[in-house]
Amino acid sequence: MIPSLPRPRWLRAATAAYVVAFLTFLFLPLIVVAVFAFNDASYPAPPWRGVTLDWFLGNAALGRVGLFQDSELLTSIATSVLVAFCVTLLSVGIGTTNAFLIERGRFAGKQVLSMLMLAPLVIPGVILGISILAFASRVADWADALFSWDLDFLRPGLPLVVLGQFSYIATIATLTISARLRRFDRTLEEAALNLGASQAAVFGTILLPYLRPALLGSAAISFLMSFADFNTTLMLVGSDSPLTVMMYGRMREGATPVMNAVSLFLMLVSALLALRLIRRRPA
Amino acid sequence: MAESRAARRRAAWMLAWLLAPALLWLLALILLPHVELLVISLRERTGARAFTASLAQYRTFFAEPLYWHVFVRTALMSILATLLTLGLAFPVAWIIAKVAQGRAASLLFVVCLIPFWVSETVRTLGWMILLRESGVIPQLLVHLGLTAVPVELLYHDATILVGLVYTSMLFMVVPLVTSLESLDNSLIEAAYDLGANGFAVLRTIVIPHAAPGITAGCIVVFMLTLGNYLTPTLLGGKNSQWFTEQIYTQFITRFNWEQGAAFGFLLLGLSTLIVVVGLRLSGQRFGEVMRST
Repeated sequence: MIPSLPRPRWLRAATAAYVVAFLTFLFLPLIVVAVFAFNDASYPAPPWRGVTLDWFLGNAALGRVGLFQDSELLTSIATSVLVAFCVTLLSVGIGTTNAFLIERGRFAGKQVLSMLMLAPLVIPGVILGISILAFASRVADWADALFSWDLDFLRPGLPLVVLGQFSYIATIATLTISARLRRFDRTLEEAALNLGASQAAVFGTILLPYLRPALLGSAAISFLMSFADFNTTLMLVGSDSPLTVMMYGRMREGATPVMNAVSLFLMLVSALLALRLIRRRPA
Repeated sequence: MAESRAARRRAAWMLAWLLAPALLWLLALILLPHVELLVISLRERTGARAFTASLAQYRTFFAEPLYWHVFVRTALMSILATLLTLGLAFPVAWIIAKVAQGRAASLLFVVCLIPFWVSETVRTLGWMILLRESGVIPQLLVHLGLTAVPVELLYHDATILVGLVYTSMLFMVVPLVTSLESLDNSLIEAAYDLGANGFAVLRTIVIPHAAPGITAGCIVVFMLTLGNYLTPTLLGGKNSQWFTEQIYTQFITRFNWEQGAAFGFLLLGLSTLIVVVGLRLSGQRFGEVMRST
């Protein structure tokens, strides 16, 4: 019940206990991941054998390859960053054009189109992955048969991973940016036009600054979602594995605490990103 | 006149430039790939590079108990996971929206969101360290004298459920908090003054008001659970028997695209069905639900 009504003591106690239990449930997995990155043992498991930085700094000579010496892992992080960067650019770009299309455009079939734009969110990622894989290979086969073009980028690999992730992250960027554009006060734009500003000047000096928070926010979300994507990526990946796929492979084999080290690194990066976004919010 | 025609032409150009990327995206990455998948699922291999149209792939699905057992199991486990997530998330959402005040409420909300900034792989690693035989919780149980030897807590159905509920929590808490915050406290007070007990308030006021949020949360969680691959395979191991795994095996491991495509369509059908039924039951429109999440 709400605070303005009498609440018996047991209910207050139960509420507090529930919050504590819930937060434990949420944070326990993350805490053990972070803690066991420093355990001086070959497996991320108890008992505690003392603190070491081997899983960050160790090299082959020590018998323990740490995160910063593990070229395979470092390469996969770079791959993920590259993919996420491309997906972010594409998604924010198309999110912006879609926002103007939906909020400002007047054309037949707009309802259908805006419904269709939401569809990628209800299609399971695995299916987005296999359908794009199948279609891309059909197009590549045609190009080969008709013009004997060798369209390598349509075979499993990073370009397809980028397209696969983009196919649904674009929807999220579209929703974020058009939500902000919808609340824009159009009299500002009309005033500027009345005062003789060109369309381009209105866009550059009024609309773009107004949309900035949504553009930055959707860029951050796109980057994170791309970095964390697993389902779609798994179906489209070629020989270069992004980080999630690499980690999955190693976790199946029973990984060393270097996985914890990489995870801790990821947590710190996302915490920084989250803090920046939350700081920005109230303004 | 000439000016307005020029303006109209410019508007048409503008529209074309805005439409082109949207159409390209939806056609090349969503519509045509799904048509292709459907076509593949409706054919049968009769020789090297020779195919005929047939329903053989769908027939195999129903004829082979393993396949449809896994399908039904995935659906039931997903429903169970959705209900558990709702049950666990509702009290927290209530506390955030109604009980906690001011800064405490927004702090609690933000704290609940933090784990989901970290990728699912990392969270699953955490559960593996906690639950595996040599892991934290089995060792703790031995230490406390509750079990004689460490028990393996991974690779059970319950483990998969824990992982799925954990992963889905955010997508339930956010729409619930949003819908509960818009509930006017004076309605609850009025009901209380008129003698309603907590259960009656919940049933007649809170749940009807929060229904859109509950539906949105349940639909999203069910979809994500059904399509999850990482959590069931890592926490369930060989016993996971998740349908997405079957799709992966057919499509990638066995290179049997025809069968894999048919499985994909069956999963897509189930997922769509649940969305439609959920919306129909709560009388909502798809666009509204998606916007509220």
